[in-house]
Amino acid sequence: MTADQPDPPLAGSEVEDVESFRRRARTWIRENLALVEPSTQVGLLRNDRSDEQELEDVAHDREIQRRLFDAGLAGVCFPTTYGGQGLTPAHQRALNQELAGYEYPTRFQAPTLSPCATVLLEFGTEAQKLAHLPAILRGEELWMQFLSEPSGGSDVAGALTTAVRDGDVWVLNGSKVWTTGAWWSDWGLCLARTNWDVPKHRGLTVFMVPIRQPGVEVHRIEMLNGSKEFCQEFLTDVVVPDTDRIGAVDDGWTVGIRWMFHERMLHSSPYLSIPEGAIRHGLGGNSMLSVARDAGRIDDPRALDLVAEARLLDVVSHQLQERIGEGLASGQLSDQSSAIARLFVGLTESRTTTIAFELAGAAGAAWTDGDGATADAGSDFLMRQVACIGGGTTEMARNVISERVLGMPRERTLDRDVAFRDVPRGP
Amino acid sequence: MLLNPTPDQAFFRDNTARFLDEHVPATVLRRLRDDPQGFDDRYWRQGAELGWTPLLVHEDHGGGSISGDGLVDLTLLAHEFGRHAAPGPLAVTNVVAAALSGAGHAHQLEVLDAIVSGASVATWCHGEAAPDDQLDRLDRLATDIRVDGGDVVVSGVKRPVESGGRADHLLVTGRTGAGLTQVLIPADTPGVAIEPMHTVDLTRRFSVVTFDEVRVPADAVVGAVGRADDQIERQLQVAVVLSNAESVGALQAAFDLTVEWAFDRYSFGRPLASYQALKHRFADMKTWLEASHATSDAAATAVSAGRPEADELVSVAKSYIGDFGAELVQECVQLHGGIGVTFEHDLHLWLRRVTLNRALYGTPAEHRLRIARILRRREEAA
Repeated sequence: MTADQPDPPLAGSEVEDVESFRRRARTWIRENLALVEPSTQVGLLRNDRSDEQELEDVAHDREIQRRLFDAGLAGVCFPTTYGGQGLTPAHQRALNQELAGYEYPTRFQAPTLSPCATVLLEFGTEAQKLAHLPAILRGEELWMQFLSEPSGGSDVAGALTTAVRDGDVWVLNGSKVWTTGAWWSDWGLCLARTNWDVPKHRGLTVFMVPIRQPGVEVHRIEMLNGSKEFCQEFLTDVVVPDTDRIGAVDDGWTVGIRWMFHERMLHSSPYLSIPEGAIRHGLGGNSMLSVARDAGRIDDPRALDLVAEARLLDVVSHQLQERIGEGLASGQLSDQSSAIARLFVGLTESRTTTIAFELAGAAGAAWTDGDGATADAGSDFLMRQVACIGGGTTEMARNVISERVLGMPRERTLDRDVAFRDVPRGP
Repeated sequence: MLLNPTPDQAFFRDNTARFLDEHVPATVLRRLRDDPQGFDDRYWRQGAELGWTPLLVHEDHGGGSISGDGLVDLTLLAHEFGRHAAPGPLAVTNVVAAALSGAGHAHQLEVLDAIVSGASVATWCHGEAAPDDQLDRLDRLATDIRVDGGDVVVSGVKRPVESGGRADHLLVTGRTGAGLTQVLIPADTPGVAIEPMHTVDLTRRFSVVTFDEVRVPADAVVGAVGRADDQIERQLQVAVVLSNAESVGALQAAFDLTVEWAFDRYSFGRPLASYQALKHRFADMKTWLEASHATSDAAATAVSAGRPEADELVSVAKSYIGDFGAELVQECVQLHGGIGVTFEHDLHLWLRRVTLNRALYGTPAEHRLRIARILRRREEAA
């Protein structure tokens, strides 16, 4: 099966209709979850929490995920066999709408539920799926992607991390980077090179790696704004049983293609429970009114124009994601069309961050804790490009759209049909 | 345009597409540039037979939709009008027909019959020249409609009025005290002066319509005197929804043509489509195009269902498509090079339509101001 299209419920079984699911979700959410200010859902890349607070938040996320699971609201589109609800994207959308304004287990969404869990769902053995998917949905396992490497971000198939077979186990050595919160995570989905004598795409294999073990050293990267959410891992003689291999040996790119599809799909994925209106980085259009007010510009027509621009980009972003999601589900748009949503969201978030900075005026340069919504607008601006880099750069999305969606000729590369060990590399 | 139309909707849309292919190919459009009316009456009557006019009209008045959702059905036609840069006052005709069907007096239903059959053309006189306060002009009307005994008297200047020179009837919006009023006036009523304007479009025609103390019986009022505000707001929403759908159709056609050109045109021994500098621009354009489809459809559905956020979604779509659509089509011109700004090439047919629609029924900036007002109102209400 493929995980972009959840299986339809079995014929003859009783399927909860969307509206009664929605009512059930609404009742439970109102009784069990706390309302949150939009800005508290933003801080992923702000340097505004201590490690102790962060660990408390992680523990709280695990607890909310567990309570959602117990309430029958976790893993809406995952099959019931693996602890999910076996329902449809329409049910997931209803849940996301009902979650608007409430706390939710932010750290369980990307990359745990997708792409990691969706890749497992698609390529895992029955034993692997039973071992991990219910545990993820119960809030017991947080996963990270061991994908990018220091030697190259966009060219993921050029991975240098090596896995060497030794009987029933593999020994991994190398380094992975740009994992958000690996220091509080449990498992890594790891793309490694198992064959250097074939072209790069044909010598890769995917493994599941427990992060908390002596052979995995997690180093926290300090970002320019002081945030230490991103990590780099150093793998030294990490032993992985062959039963923790995902997909066939040297066929990791088959897994990788779907992996990256799910990553680009995050903005319209039916596997994530993200409240409508919440976005990954920056500030949504709703809160831009607060920025304008706290900047003392709420009656300035130029400021209102910017507020409205942020708002309309946010609205169109959701409309586009819904259209792409609908087109992928009905098969009218190719899988690669997910890059369209990825590009739009990156550009929109970047523009929105600029708008907040513009509205903040001099508070964008220097601010006090009493400056309300304008505080940190300057720091956010420094980190603006993260929206166009993380999760695959917008340049890669443009390549995918032009080459795979519009069918334009591919860029000439020097690493095709050459044994990977002979491919030119930088110093 | 709708990603998944029903088979009936697709059939309906394709009928009009075939008709437009046959009757108004680019060669005909070029010829029509000197035609004072921009289309011939027979074309319009045949279009009416294909279902261009009854979609927003009650079944009791000879109307009816294809899917049960007349406005969404109509956006499929508007999309084809855009793809073909077709002549004819589609949006205003449907706005007037919907108004008469919703609130018209018995004698006005005869006019409605003639509009639905395509025998008669009616238009909506709504927009006015910018008042001093430029920011607010979408919601400011200076035209005065006052009650005088058994008559109403209309004074004011409307511009631009689509097909003003051809219209048999004019639906005029104006102010009566604190509220708004609409009146249906025969175009040949004394005191009505209609002057043609210049326009960017090849086949659409616009006029300045002046009402100099135009006196008509009180039963010319459509709806209630001074209480047509909601009705007019809805008409504006419908007009914007149709203008958006038409622009998206034009954008789709311009984009498809430009992609084809990029594959066929060779420079330095390579097709344009092989240059990454150009491929990335096509990727941006494709993204704007899909976003335009998405926001246009979302607004149409919201207006049709009368959802409370319809006003915001209409302005979101109008502003987005106005800004990014205009950029998209200008990019198409740039990627064509010099040939893209010639009369002989087809690209300008869509460039004109997108440019026209960007400026009509509120510019992107005017709609952003509306969005900001809606956000503030919503915040105050919370």
